[in-house]
Amino acid sequence: MSALLEVREARVSYPHAGAVGGRFAAVEGVNLALEAGEIVGLVGESGSGKSSLGRAILGLVPLAAGEIHWRGARIDALSRSAFRPLRRELQLVFQDPQASLDPRMTTAESVAEPLRALAQEVSVAARAARVAAILAEVGLAPELAGRYPHQLSGGQLQRAAIARALIVDPRFIVCDEPVSALDVSVQGQIINLLSRIRSERGLACLFISHNLAVVTRLAERVLVMYRGRIVESGAREAILKSPRHPYTRLLLDSVPAVDPASARRLLARSVPTIDEAPGLPDRGCPFAARCPYAISRCRSELPALHGLEGGGAVACHRAAEWPAGLPPAALA
Amino acid sequence: MSSSLWDAARAALMRDRLAMACAAMLALLVVAALVGPQFLDYREDEIDWAHMAVSPFEAPGHWLGTDRLGRDLLVRTLHGLRVSLAIALAATIVSLVIGVAWGAIAGFRRGRTDALMMRFVDVLYSLPQVFFVIILTVVFGRGPLTILVAIGAFGWLTMARIVRGQALALREREFIEAAIVGGAGPARIVARHIVPNLLGPVIVFSTLTLPQVILVESFLSFLGIGIQEPLASLGNLIADGAAEMETAPWMLAVPAAVLMLVVFCFNFLGDSLRDALDPRDR
Amino acid sequence: MSALLEVRGLTVDFTGERTFRAVDGVDLSVAPRERLAIVGESGSGKSQLLLACTGLLAANGRPGGSVRFDDRELLGDARATGQARGSGIGFVFQDASGSLTPHRPIGDQLAEVTMAASGVSSRVALQEAAAMLGRVRLPDAGRLLAQYPHELSGGMRQRVAIALALMAKPRILFADEPTTALDVTVQAEVMALLASLCSEFGMALLIVTHDLGVVAALADRIAVMYAGRFVEVGEAQALLANPRHPYTAGLLAAVPRLGDRGELATIPGSPPRPGEIIQGCRFEPRCLGRTDRCRSADPSLADQIVKGVACHFPRTQGEIR
Repeated sequence: MSALLEVREARVSYPHAGAVGGRFAAVEGVNLALEAGEIVGLVGESGSGKSSLGRAILGLVPLAAGEIHWRGARIDALSRSAFRPLRRELQLVFQDPQASLDPRMTTAESVAEPLRALAQEVSVAARAARVAAILAEVGLAPELAGRYPHQLSGGQLQRAAIARALIVDPRFIVCDEPVSALDVSVQGQIINLLSRIRSERGLACLFISHNLAVVTRLAERVLVMYRGRIVESGAREAILKSPRHPYTRLLLDSVPAVDPASARRLLARSVPTIDEAPGLPDRGCPFAARCPYAISRCRSELPALHGLEGGGAVACHRAAEWPAGLPPAALA
Repeated sequence: MSSSLWDAARAALMRDRLAMACAAMLALLVVAALVGPQFLDYREDEIDWAHMAVSPFEAPGHWLGTDRLGRDLLVRTLHGLRVSLAIALAATIVSLVIGVAWGAIAGFRRGRTDALMMRFVDVLYSLPQVFFVIILTVVFGRGPLTILVAIGAFGWLTMARIVRGQALALREREFIEAAIVGGAGPARIVARHIVPNLLGPVIVFSTLTLPQVILVESFLSFLGIGIQEPLASLGNLIADGAAEMETAPWMLAVPAAVLMLVVFCFNFLGDSLRDALDPRDR
Repeated sequence: MSALLEVRGLTVDFTGERTFRAVDGVDLSVAPRERLAIVGESGSGKSQLLLACTGLLAANGRPGGSVRFDDRELLGDARATGQARGSGIGFVFQDASGSLTPHRPIGDQLAEVTMAASGVSSRVALQEAAAMLGRVRLPDAGRLLAQYPHELSGGMRQRVAIALALMAKPRILFADEPTTALDVTVQAEVMALLASLCSEFGMALLIVTHDLGVVAALADRIAVMYAGRFVEVGEAQALLANPRHPYTAGLLAAVPRLGDRGELATIPGSPPRPGEIIQGCRFEPRCLGRTDRCRSADPSLADQIVKGVACHFPRTQGEIR
């Protein structure tokens, strides 16, 4: 029984002058499995490698190590042209819709393009019909089909980008921060749209975001990444109620609160100084410098990701000390 | 109703009155060059024995005077303009087609393909053009075709460089990645995404290339290795005129003035086009 | 005690291909030590409002109305504005690259401010710079002085930018989306820092943001901005607990809360593009409680149906709209 998508010990690295060996690992040792129709959330901040992982799955960046399997077959080492037929099944929604749509093409042209590239057997008339249908499905009024990106709002653009990803009827989509570039009042529209479409079509989805509140709203399973590694994974409830990794706890504590009472509480928390400069420490846990629970072992030995009862996993030397999860940070 | 970026650019251009004046002047000159001679009394190689080297407005029918052989200057200038424009247009089109294709492919492929293609450009760049033209005229004889080949062989080089730079930058933009995810192969990406998005600088550069080509052709014809008598081009008209500068200054003044006017209008129009296509103020 | 900053009828127009009005008649005042937050989304004009007050608008921006700082009119008076920027008003931009030059060490940039303001020697100025870095809780100030901005992380850079703004001992700090470009785990720290610095230095704070979490944590008073105008102004606690304008209510409801499931509340449609002409109330196309009156008559804060709310039918407590 193999999962729909399997990622094994993936490493993605980029050339980087100052790093060891001339390369810097954006993603290191990541394992991930997705079943058909499942939605998994990937949470991380800048430098976590979450976007690189998404791009690697879609074959946009190569793996330096590890494997990616789609429906049992290995896909990470395929050439661009060998990967092309798979693009009918795996799709991606980018973060910035203004940037991900060609400014010289109309909405209809952009949305139709995957059909033209991947499904040449579809006739012109059939293509037009499918474009119209998908535009309706994502809630774009027909008169917007002939408009150009600079004439559309952020929310409309992202709907168009989603339409483009869905027109070839994929089985799996990666949503890479699909709402981060949008206004708050519009974010909900897109999130609701994605959720509805996903459940209607039974799509498997990897939902990438830095916003835990959004991710836990949509996903049943959540993976937390820090500096290229998975530091915790678990069911939604477990992550929310009993986080086992100090970084997960920090993420939960940092979610902006909108009622003044919790907001003031947030402020009143003791403020550990700062995040350190970019670059990974030579050894030990990458989070050690910011971790309120760090011990000397944390600075010398990289913690391995080990499984927990209940199906989650955590990479922390001290995780066994808090089986019910870490409590919210103390107030100053 | 949609307005593409082209429409917005056209609107901006039409607001620029001096640019529109230049465009109108160019249109006028082109029309004059194409159909003007029909309305004049003399043909360009027709010798009027009675009126040799007369100054403008002296002899009936010779509005701008005649040259040493009694040929009407106005007609010859218009014909010269026709020839010069035709060669410039043809050479620019050749440069455009070759240069855009070359640069777009090099910029998109990067790596070794890019390096090879651009080193080839560098080598050609370092050849002295005039030298090359002379060799060509020896091999193919003098005439419009030789000039066209000579100019076209070099004209595409700068275009290729510009296009390659644009293509390199474009390649990194997210909508190219999105096109890859959408299954587009390299050919489709270059043709449908990269080329349309670099047309702006290409158009501007073409309008600035045209006058340069006219000047090069004029220079070559002036030197005697370009267009040959009795065919007239602005260049050899200027050459003839320069020889008679002291006795019949209008023979130089008329074609030179026309040349300057054409070059100025194209340059100015090109500058205005660049401003109009620049999305800064949007 | 008169207000530190007093803005009356501020308008900002942009010329160019089309002329449009980004800020359409805004009144605000900030008392000494007070913290006012302006909340708005794209197209609301909030950033232009801030830039207009400090003379930092783009070349084709035309401000109108009155901006008085410390009882001195700034609008139209370049010299007064320059002086205010130097010593009265500190500015923190969305990302530190708005304040920090990439090719000079941090110490130099910080010291330069003090030297320009009070003419002290560079050695003294560098000492003050190191002290300021300590005040913004950056460790190892001595080493930091010699470093370049790109050698620091985003959060540290933003702290340096705040230090830079504080070097001239301003009486009010303007901040334009100061935490937006930062990771969420760093945002809380920077917000806490801003709050404590304002207390320590006795500064007022005028902060512009789209992030309601930031506003909830920092503000004494809140002004909600939509399509160039304020639609609701009020004391922070009260406004957040009981928003009167449908837009404010919609914004608050739209923020995803940890632990919630199901559909997110949302405001249909999108904010108007700058320059879009709208009849009647500007929020009307998106308002669930709209009526004909809303389409024809444009409510303003001055109408005072309920104080501080620009709406014909302000919400009452608990109403779902």
